Amino acid sequence: MSKIAEGLLYSESHEWVKVDGNVAIIGVSDFAQSEMGDITYVDMPDVDDEVTAGDDFGALESVKTSSELIAPVSGKVIARNDELENKPELINEDAYEAWIIKVEMSDTAELDALLNAAAYAKIAE
Amino acid sequence: MGAFSYFPQTEEDIRVMLERIGVSSLDDLYADVPADFIYKGEYDLPSAMSEQQVRDFFEGLAAKNTKLKVFVGQGAYDHYVPSVIPYITSRSEFLTAYTPYQCEISQGTLRYIFEWQSMICRLTGLDCANASMYDGPTAAAEAVRMCVASTKKRNSVIVSARLLPHVIKTIQTYAKYAGINVVVTDKVAEEVAEGVLDLAGVIVPSINRFGIIESHLGLADLVHQMGALLVEYCDPSALAVVKTPAEWGADIAVGDGQSLGIPLCYGGPYVGFMACTSALMRKLPGRIVGQTVDASGKRCFVLTLQAREQHIRREKATSNICSNESLMALWCTVYLSLMGPQGMRQLNELCYEGSHYLHDALLATGQFERVFDGEFLKEFCLKPLCDVQKLQQALLDAGYFAALQTEDGYVTFCVTEKHSREELDRIVEIVKSVK
Amino acid sequence: MKYYDKLIFELSKPGRTGYSLGDSLVKPANDGIKKTTHGSSFADLIGESPIWRETALELPEVSEVDVVRHYTNLSQMNFGVDTGFYPLGSCTMKYNPKINEEIANLPAFTGLHPLQPFHTVKGALAVYAGMEKALAAITGMKHFTFMPCAGAHGELTGLMLMREYHMSRGDLARTKVIVPDSAHGTNPASAAVCGLEIVVVKSKEDGLVDVEALKPLLGPDIAGIMMTNPNTLGLFERDIKQIAELVHGCGGLLYYDGANMNPLLGVVRPGDMGFDIMHLNLHKTFSTPHGGGGPGSGPVGVADKVVPFLHIPHVSGFHGNFGIILRAYAYILMLGREHIKLAGKLASLGANYIKESLKDCFKLPIPTVCKHEFVFDGLLEDNGVSTLDVAKRLLDYGFHAPTIYFPLLFHQAIMIEPTETESLETLDAFIAVMRKIAEEAKADPELLHGAPHTTPIGRPDETAAARQPILKY
Repeated sequence: MSKIAEGLLYSESHEWVKVDGNVAIIGVSDFAQSEMGDITYVDMPDVDDEVTAGDDFGALESVKTSSELIAPVSGKVIARNDELENKPELINEDAYEAWIIKVEMSDTAELDALLNAAAYAKIAE
Repeated sequence: MGAFSYFPQTEEDIRVMLERIGVSSLDDLYADVPADFIYKGEYDLPSAMSEQQVRDFFEGLAAKNTKLKVFVGQGAYDHYVPSVIPYITSRSEFLTAYTPYQCEISQGTLRYIFEWQSMICRLTGLDCANASMYDGPTAAAEAVRMCVASTKKRNSVIVSARLLPHVIKTIQTYAKYAGINVVVTDKVAEEVAEGVLDLAGVIVPSINRFGIIESHLGLADLVHQMGALLVEYCDPSALAVVKTPAEWGADIAVGDGQSLGIPLCYGGPYVGFMACTSALMRKLPGRIVGQTVDASGKRCFVLTLQAREQHIRREKATSNICSNESLMALWCTVYLSLMGPQGMRQLNELCYEGSHYLHDALLATGQFERVFDGEFLKEFCLKPLCDVQKLQQALLDAGYFAALQTEDGYVTFCVTEKHSREELDRIVEIVKSVK
Repeated sequence: MKYYDKLIFELSKPGRTGYSLGDSLVKPANDGIKKTTHGSSFADLIGESPIWRETALELPEVSEVDVVRHYTNLSQMNFGVDTGFYPLGSCTMKYNPKINEEIANLPAFTGLHPLQPFHTVKGALAVYAGMEKALAAITGMKHFTFMPCAGAHGELTGLMLMREYHMSRGDLARTKVIVPDSAHGTNPASAAVCGLEIVVVKSKEDGLVDVEALKPLLGPDIAGIMMTNPNTLGLFERDIKQIAELVHGCGGLLYYDGANMNPLLGVVRPGDMGFDIMHLNLHKTFSTPHGGGGPGSGPVGVADKVVPFLHIPHVSGFHGNFGIILRAYAYILMLGREHIKLAGKLASLGANYIKESLKDCFKLPIPTVCKHEFVFDGLLEDNGVSTLDVAKRLLDYGFHAPTIYFPLLFHQAIMIEPTETESLETLDAFIAVMRKIAEEAKADPELLHGAPHTTPIGRPDETAAARQPILKY
């Protein structure tokens, strides 16, 4: 059973969102990191890049696989977790601590399409 | 026809296997194939030859080739091949092995690739290199793709018109279908400075197609100011003495390892190389070998950063390349191990000596006009004042492939450490005799 | 295999040399040239200029005997087809005949410069002509280009030709190519390099392309379909006639990925199945050696309607990998029209034999008759033992493992392809070892988790290799 943090919103592609005013802090769920196995690299966008809900904004890489990161909301990247550059394993250690990007949302209504913890629990078995 | 030495199965063996499978004939294994697809009758191929017949057949074809001493370069150089190399590369553990996916029984392959990567880095001065590409021209094309992939929303590349024609053609081919805008120009720095393009990259030759060693003073800074990447196309043999891509400030270096003792072989197999700065490491196409340890702490080597590659990343891979030119990379690695820094230096000195001797002697015949003032190493171009057809024929008749005509109307020559003073003098005599 | 841990750089000692070159080409006529020492710039020789190298070139300084010993020892940590059974699915690791090597090394071929005038290379040209004629006879395609240097390179070239065909007809909207979900990764990757979008068509339960799922994907934006036949499960796509009609019907072309051509050698011709463009892997079907990852050769053959475009894409420097083409030609002449008729059939025989002999120990998701290869989906009673464990344990028994974790349709995939050059004794030995491993999985799974135990190294830490890459000495 993977861990699911309360108070966060989730996408069906296993990203989590923590809403902080107009900013969406985005990471991947515990289910995602355990499916990937040891993460060897996180391909992240740059600060000031635009992301679009539903499109990929990067990828997680392990030794034998890669998995696209799908943006749960649209907006501009205002911060990027540079610690992940040299220590991608932070996501394996604590998927909810290790945020990936922070996005200034262009349309907060997009949050309504995301799942709450209970609904996500049903798909992250 | 009876038994065949490549098919070990006897009639009895076949019977045993068919029985285990539960069918009565080999044809039954194709019962699910629509009947009209099964080829009926004989294939339009010659009757099976014996080994001796195969030998005779190819000796016959070989005899139809004219044996010539090669005094032309243009991307394929007739350098000396040390006797050791074919004995190493024809060892069946190297020759008949597959890609080193099962690293525990492929440490041989993985280690020589690691050595190759290391040597390419030392030759180019750059931080990391891949396990090889098909050849120099395709490596250049992939470098152009890498520039576009590494710079956001930029889709144009400036290509020096002084690269070899077949390199430019290959780049243009790849770019055409990928929708990359390629601008071929003689005035690279000026084109960069104009600043009108959404510039992703610039590719220039270390030694251009006229044999002249180019100076790229200030180019890297200019290209970087425009937010683009600089690629240098080099002859790895010459990198022992000419300024390296790293010294010029280039981000990516590509070229062909053929000049590292690989036989001419009518154009292939050769081997492409690609090296880059550490910032671009994860954008490198192709296979890469990395060092690690096993569970007991033994140093070992594995294919790494595989998530870039086609078998994992599929349509988002850095390239589609799978098989590359691994055995030729071994060839070059053994070559460089034998030559060492002294050998590479001496080789280039001999080329320099020989080419300048011939260049000056040819000019003195009055049959040519000087075209270029820059320094050259082994290859040079002259403007012919004599009849080029007659010149080429006279040389061919004497057994020399030289004075190849370039698309600008010059003739090109190349002298390597394989050649002798006698041969150079003989060429000069022939040139004098052309009316 | 013995663990040998040296790298050539570690054998270096200043002053050693492994080469032999003359002192001067032109002395005494040009003795203005000073002799130089290693480490000094060419500028000392010629004069200052920004064009000379400044940093000293560091390469190993090793004597000839040490070079030979080093690489000989490295080779002894390697496993080739000449060492033992190599049942890698989709790789066709058949025997590499040595007569091919002899022919490819004839000096009258290896000494040819690629830009020599045509009348001086009539023998080389005859090789290309002869190979084209032979490959046309074998595949049913009309003409070939030999420029591509590998299978993936051939795929790329073939897709370029597909685009040229459509562009010549002003049909510029065809930007998509259909690829089955079982396809090799090179298929979508090649399409991406060629500027085409992928559309995936699903397979049915029986492992074959779902024709009903294909129909809605067809339209005026489809450039064509890429197919492997037999597919990566070793199954013949028996609906190929209908698929060809449908794709041609919507104006698309059919591309044949020749990686799995081996079982069709001497039996079926892709041209007769309706394919318009195809590539061959000479280093698979035509016995040229894999070389540890190349050189290969991926000639592309086309049907009549694509012939006008064959010369357009210039995908490599000169004329392709001539040395590899020579080897393949020698192989074809040894096979001749007589033996070629058995090549494909014997490959399918061996694969089916292994399948039937092991289906009581391994999960066989698709039990129908296969062609040259088939897929198991892990052990029947795995007891926590994975496909990776099985593969690594095989190494202890002196076999190269089959292809694992491909195709992606089966999570514990083991793809086995014996080829036609393996004897019944070899197949039986492999079967016996696979049965033993199945027993070991039940009795002692830890043994398998820790395998291999007898190879020069154990399982490497691939995570560390990817997280902190060390890519050079």
